[in-house]
Amino acid sequence: MSVMSREWLLTEQPASRRQAHVGQAYRTWLALRGNRLAMVGLGIIVVLILMAVLAPLIAPYDPIQGGDLRTERLLPPSWQHLMGTDDLARDIWSRVAYGSRITLMVVALVAVIATPVGLLVGTISGYFGGVVDTVLMRITDIFLAFPQLVLALAFVAALGPGIENAIIAISITSWPPYARLARAETLTIRNADHIAAIKLQGASSLRIIWGHVVPLCLSSVVIRVTLDMAGIILTAAGLGFLGLGAQPPQPEWGAMIAEGRQFIIDNWWVSTMPGIAIFVVSLGFNFLGDGLRDVMDPKARK
Amino acid sequence: MTAVEETEGRNGALPPWVGRLGRLLVTLVITLVGLLFVTFLIGRVVPIDPVLAAVGDRASESTYHKVYLELGLDKPLWEQFLIYVNNVLHGNLGESVLTNRPVLDDIADTFPATLELSTFAILIGTCVGVPLGVWAAVRQGRLVDQIVRVLGLVGYSAPIFWLGLTGLLVFYARLGWVAGPGRIDIAYQYDVERITGMMLVDTLLQGQWDAFWNALSHILLPGTLLGYYSLAYISRMTRSFMLAELGQEYIITARVKGVRESRIIWRHALRNAAVPLVTVIALSYGNLLQGAVLTETVFAWPGLGMYLTNSLGSADMNAVLGATLVIGAVFVALNLLSDVLYTVLDPRVRRRG
Repeated sequence: MSVMSREWLLTEQPASRRQAHVGQAYRTWLALRGNRLAMVGLGIIVVLILMAVLAPLIAPYDPIQGGDLRTERLLPPSWQHLMGTDDLARDIWSRVAYGSRITLMVVALVAVIATPVGLLVGTISGYFGGVVDTVLMRITDIFLAFPQLVLALAFVAALGPGIENAIIAISITSWPPYARLARAETLTIRNADHIAAIKLQGASSLRIIWGHVVPLCLSSVVIRVTLDMAGIILTAAGLGFLGLGAQPPQPEWGAMIAEGRQFIIDNWWVSTMPGIAIFVVSLGFNFLGDGLRDVMDPKARK
Repeated sequence: MTAVEETEGRNGALPPWVGRLGRLLVTLVITLVGLLFVTFLIGRVVPIDPVLAAVGDRASESTYHKVYLELGLDKPLWEQFLIYVNNVLHGNLGESVLTNRPVLDDIADTFPATLELSTFAILIGTCVGVPLGVWAAVRQGRLVDQIVRVLGLVGYSAPIFWLGLTGLLVFYARLGWVAGPGRIDIAYQYDVERITGMMLVDTLLQGQWDAFWNALSHILLPGTLLGYYSLAYISRMTRSFMLAELGQEYIITARVKGVRESRIIWRHALRNAAVPLVTVIALSYGNLLQGAVLTETVFAWPGLGMYLTNSLGSADMNAVLGATLVIGAVFVALNLLSDVLYTVLDPRVRRRG
């Protein structure tokens, strides 16, 4: 289709709103492509997604059912077991591969839960102002007053350990910065002419917020969420390490490190391998986020 | 205009920063009440029966009922909250099921260890992070800049508990360069009298040099790891503040006048970058608290973080909520401190208010 040609994308006179949007996205992509670290990060994330999708194909063994306990316990890395085996004779590479599913699920669910909450609180607060704003922002400030991991710990302690509760706890503790950001964006949009025009047409506040304010805040909040993903992965892994996230025998990376802790002196690979997995994945998200920030923020590009 | 500002305007005698600090104090009180409310709510949604936790599951019906009333569980929720606030304000955080002692005493015992660890870490983070950030800014876009950048991103990405375990394996178990988990060897433990609760300070005050070196060898690894974590943030912020300053006209003026480049960087630019930098350092001091929770668990460091995770393991809710509240309060206090420092250090803010 000729519509998507390079000239069409990069034209100085877009014929439609869609063309302008797509063209802007394409320019961002071009700028991002020139950033080597960001491309490495993107590559890592693509590999993570492939790993999660193809886990049954690339994992040679069952991640939960171990092998022969007499002969296959705590084997060092070899061609049979790329990352060695753990104390229950399970293949660590297979567990790491399946664990990517848990990591992706946590990141995706936290993003799906926390982003709308932050957007809603922020836009409502910014749009209405006054008492509503004061009350909502005070609540936001109170959540921001706890270090994230500590608050998540307290919530998980109350809700009980488990991957679902860990996801809920991380979501509860991640929305406040998004609310802050959405509010700041809303304050700049609120008095724009097109909002006044819609108001004169008699649109309800809800309709204005949902249909006209939220879409404009969405992109900056989504970028912020991307930047936070590495942090979310680390918090989830930390909860898993403390035994409050995914429960055994689930192959969650943080919990796997905790399981390998008692063997670390003689069998270093048991906790080192999942640690490398966490490290590489969050490095990927950080590289991509760092590049995105450079591209999106003209001040940093200077 | 808020009420505070109005009265201030009428009096006219008070310097403007008093009003600013007044507003900060109001915010502080509201936030602290909010903290209390959040911990109170968490304590109420717990599926653990607080009465059973207090009397044990063998108590008779009448004992159960008596304690139920004593804990005020028959009263409406808001009244329970007031009782809770009253208790906390009187320093009563309840008793720990695990240690059988008041939670406040436990926290008083463990807090100095956390303070020592995070102070050590912030010193490393600042003393290494600031020069690195300056260096990266001066050599912007060059190899050094890239290295500092990747070093920072690695610090953001590595799970600190895993780095700790790996560090223990390599530097303690294999190489034997540092001492292992804990704060000091058992051989010295009972010789050191508790004065401040901070090992390095206590041993120094008592002139016990052997014990001091031993304690230093224990803190070296966890402190450096935690310091690296804050170094990542501090060096990055230093770099961006320095870049902003180095682009200013007064730098060009200084260059034209022939001031030495090193003097321009360290005396002119860094001095102006220092004001926002101080707030950044105060903020990352607060963030260290959360890194400390995981680090202490890995290194068996008997601080607030390990107390918190131990209590979590045994569902000791009084202890969990008490520790959470204290960490939250310290975090808020540090945020406030960074605000106050900003006001005090920046002459423009000081005058405008």
